[in-house]
Formats: sequence, structure tokens, C-alpha cells
Amino acid sequence: MASLHISISAEPLFRLAGITITNSILTTWIVTAGLILFAYLFSRNLKLKGEPSRLQSLVELVVEGLYGLVESVAGRLQAKQLFPLVATFFLFILFSNWSGIIPGAGTIGTHGLIHGESVFIPYWRAPTADINTTLALSLVAMVMVQVYGFRYLGFKYLKKFFDFSSPINFFVGILELVSDLSKVISFTFRLFGNIIAGEILLLVMAMLVPYFGPTPFYGLEIFVGFIQALVFLMLSTVFINMATISHAAGHDD
Amino acid sequence: MDINPLAVALAIGLGAIGPGIGIGLIGGKGLEAIGRNPEATAKIQSAMILGFAFAEAIAIYALVVALILQFV
Repeated sequence: MASLHISISAEPLFRLAGITITNSILTTWIVTAGLILFAYLFSRNLKLKGEPSRLQSLVELVVEGLYGLVESVAGRLQAKQLFPLVATFFLFILFSNWSGIIPGAGTIGTHGLIHGESVFIPYWRAPTADINTTLALSLVAMVMVQVYGFRYLGFKYLKKFFDFSSPINFFVGILELVSDLSKVISFTFRLFGNIIAGEILLLVMAMLVPYFGPTPFYGLEIFVGFIQALVFLMLSTVFINMATISHAAGHDD
Repeated sequence: MDINPLAVALAIGLGAIGPGIGIGLIGGKGLEAIGRNPEATAKIQSAMILGFAFAEAIAIYALVVALILQFV
């Protein structure tokens, strides 16, 4: 097992204007560029009348399925506002997860020095297998939860966290504050842990049984990547939905 | 004697017990609910996946601790 090299942090590739570019950033750019390019080229030849092309039918199937899911959780009015944000989360995370399991993509790379040791550095690394990406995603999600809370409830939203009406409510407010902070951590580690665990699983299986060992696990990883993207979408929708419901109104009905 | 491998094994081994039981319970109860009311399958499934995610997160925390012990 001596030759098994696992790095849980992204490896630096080169420096660009004083900023270290890691392999996961490079892959993030490629995934983002691919999604944007597809959206741009696809939206140019949309057919609104007559029979849509096969590709358009597929994209409509995906988007309508996602919209139905968001609508079933958030309700009709909110779904319209939330959908662009949470669907972007879903698509980006889905393709990030799947980009990490392209067979052979992780074998192309160079040798470089890390901590004075010469190690192999692949050019390709799933964006979500880097804790910085997942932390950024979860921070965006939780900040947007607060933004939507303010948009719907105004300054009454702050009463959720700072309530001086009674000592019990005050401590409940502190608990809410801690629970929102811990949501950031749990978002981050859920996604990162699942994806990195999948990559390590594939590596170990390839060490134990070369060529045939990892094959069934590739299927599992495709499934896990999809489920994790779905979970991120569902949880961010549920959290935003919870933040926009007034606490006092909940007791009245 | 280096007991770090033991710590890694215990961290993920013990940490996986609870979520394993939890995910089993969620799946079992979910299937029971679908059996009682097959029309509500879509609703039950989405709630089930959410439950899986919360239960599984605990195992992932244990995994992260194990990874930190192993590699950092």
C-alpha cells in the first residue's frame, strides 16, 4: 500500500498574478465554462413552437422535474423566486461531482514539490473534492437563507435570533444562531466528505483489484453524486422556506 | 508503539454504527409507509432522502475525523 497517494487538499499547479491556482480551481473553471457555453448555445436555438428537438426535450424534462420538486417543497409563489438559485446549485454540484469520476482524468499530471517531497500532481480534480469549493457553496446558500428571510419578513426576521421578550426566548434565539452556523459546517462536510470518500474508495478498490474492482463502484459514485446534488438542492430550499415563514404566524394557524 | 491506525479505525468504525442503524430505520419505515399508502410515494421518497442525508452526515463527520487523523 506504499504507493497509494491520497491528498485530501487540492494540490497547487501554478501561480497566476500572485494567486496560487490549484487543480480543483482549474476543473471548476472547465465545468463552469462548459455549463455556461451549453446554456448559451442551447438558448440560441430554442423552439417555442412545433415539435422540440430531442436535446430540448431532455433539458425540458430535467428543468421541469427540478421545478416540480422545488414547487412541492417551497410552494408555488416562492418556487418561482428560489428556482434559479437552487437549480444552479444542483447543476453545478451535479456536474462537479461527475467530473471527478471520469475514468483516467486523474492520471494526467506532472510531478511537483509539496512540503519538500516530490509527488504526483494531477491536472484534474473534482471541484467538490476540495473543501474550499464546498465551503463557498454552503456560505452562499446560508447567506441567501438570511437574505430571503429579510426580504419576506423585514426586520422582524431578526427577532428569530434576538428576542428579549422572555429569558427562554432569548436562549432559543441563541440556539437558532448556533444552529444556522452549524448548518454551514454540515453543508460543507456532507458534500466534501461524500465526494472525497468516493474518490478514496475508487482508489483503494483499484489498488486491491486492478481494472475490475472499481467498476461497480463507478455506478455507485454516479448515484452518490446525483443524490448529493439533490440533497443540497432540497436542504437549501427547505432552509430558505423555513426562514421565510414568520414564527408568530406559525402559531396562529 | 504507534496507536494512530487504531484511532483511525475506531473513529470511523464506531462513528458508522449510529448512522447505519438510523439509515436502516429510515429506509424500513419509509418502505412501510409506501406499502400502506402507495399514492404518497413521491412525497415519502423526498422526505426519506432528506432523512438519509441528515443521518449520513454523522458518518461523514466521523470519516472526516478519520481522514484528518490519517493524513494531517
